[in-house]
Amino acid sequence: MRKKAISRILALVVPVLLSLNSHAFAAPVEEQTPVTQAAVATAPVAPSAEAAPAEAEAAHATEGEEKPGDLIMHHILDNHTYAFEPFGEVHLPRLEVAGYDISITKHVVMIWLAAILVVITATAAGSSIKKSSANKAPKGIANVFESLVDFISNDVAKPNIGHGYEKFLPYLLTVFFFILFCNLLGLIPYGATATGNVNVTLTLATFTFIVTQVSAFRAHGVVGYMKHLTAGTHWALWIIMVPIEILGQFTKPFALTIRLFANMTAGHIIILSLFFISFILKSYIVAVAVSIPFAIFIYLLELFVAFLQAFVFTMLSALFIGLATAHEGGHDGHELEASGHH
Amino acid sequence: MLTSGIILLEGGLLSANPGLIFWTSLTFLIVLLILSKTAWGPILSMLEERSKGIQSAIDRAHTAKEEAESILKKNREMLSKADAEADKIIREAKELADKVRNELTEKAQEESRKMIASAKEEIEQEKRRALDVLRNEVADMAVKGAEKIIRTTLDAEKQKAVVNDMIREMASNRN
Repeated sequence: MRKKAISRILALVVPVLLSLNSHAFAAPVEEQTPVTQAAVATAPVAPSAEAAPAEAEAAHATEGEEKPGDLIMHHILDNHTYAFEPFGEVHLPRLEVAGYDISITKHVVMIWLAAILVVITATAAGSSIKKSSANKAPKGIANVFESLVDFISNDVAKPNIGHGYEKFLPYLLTVFFFILFCNLLGLIPYGATATGNVNVTLTLATFTFIVTQVSAFRAHGVVGYMKHLTAGTHWALWIIMVPIEILGQFTKPFALTIRLFANMTAGHIIILSLFFISFILKSYIVAVAVSIPFAIFIYLLELFVAFLQAFVFTMLSALFIGLATAHEGGHDGHELEASGHH
Repeated sequence: MLTSGIILLEGGLLSANPGLIFWTSLTFLIVLLILSKTAWGPILSMLEERSKGIQSAIDRAHTAKEEAESILKKNREMLSKADAEADKIIREAKELADKVRNELTEKAQEESRKMIASAKEEIEQEKRRALDVLRNEVADMAVKGAEKIIRTTLDAEKQKAVVNDMIREMASNRN
């Protein structure tokens, strides 16, 4: 039964996919038009009325051939106007301070929205937890936050950073929830993914970089930090090791930047591309059989990726901090201690 | 394809935007400050408190279990000791009772034996006394009889028969 249905769908879809743009489809239409023209020749108004939408469609088609790429990029890139497609658009204010353009763009709006949502929900969770005692089971939003906070603190920060992980927790938690909300806001209609902008991810990675470097200096002191750069090798190798280690310090935040940005951008490009397949092929069948199911699948995947990438960014930040603050020899003991607590 | 590639290179996917960097860092720092105060503090302290509470509850349960086990052990010991004690007491009581009974019966037997012996002795004495009395009586009667005989008939034959008669009579009286 199911096989039959699948073969029927394939029989419908494959010829459409193969021959939509060929002349075989266009020819009968062209043949038909003279007939209708001849038939309604007595009424001169009718053909022009029929021709007008056809012309408009043709114009749309010629535009559309260049458009998908532009449209996708337009959707993904930052913008100075916030478009609510059929209802109009809001022009966001342009600001300039000391020669720098600090306009409020679409992504800035999304960041603010995410920030407001994070603050409201997390504060609500915090206040409801403050009200209830530790012996009571948490409810609602407090429960959600508590489980996520517990996860970040016990499964991400503790094993990766080890001793003294508590002072990095506020940073890691904020990064996690901030990225998570930004990612999720990109998945709702009229939203935009701020974390799909390389500037945003670069800023967040820079914060991790600063935290990592400062904690490394605090943990080892200047001399220990310099020693760390030589990676404990023979002095003759320092001329190679030191540049590599310095480079290594910068590749970590760079990797964070690109990973988050690329992941969030890629998902949106895939979803939009799947939609544009049906526009390029101009077929409802493709839209129903290919674009929408696959787009839904990718959307669900994106929902997962939103959580995953927030987790990965937090986890790697914790890992980098842990690597930077690790004491030679003492680290294993801390790790044992941390794992022993589980 | 070519156009999108050019767009990717030119069109700002990787272009720097200082305004966005500025707003991102500002927003992030403000969020970090607010949330550290309002959310993470209470949630983390609550988690800490709860984990401590659970730990202490587990510890308490452990100590309570140990205590209960030691109490149970002590109880068992006491019970077995009490059993032994009771056994011992019962045994001792039985022994004592046996001893007392034996003593009592022995004493009673002794007493009865003594009583019988004394009764026998008394009877013997009574008998001897009675015999003495009888002997005196007999002697008196003999003297009296002799006197009588002598008084009435001085017939030897008669005297003999009288004496014999008297002796026979006495013998039957004695028994």
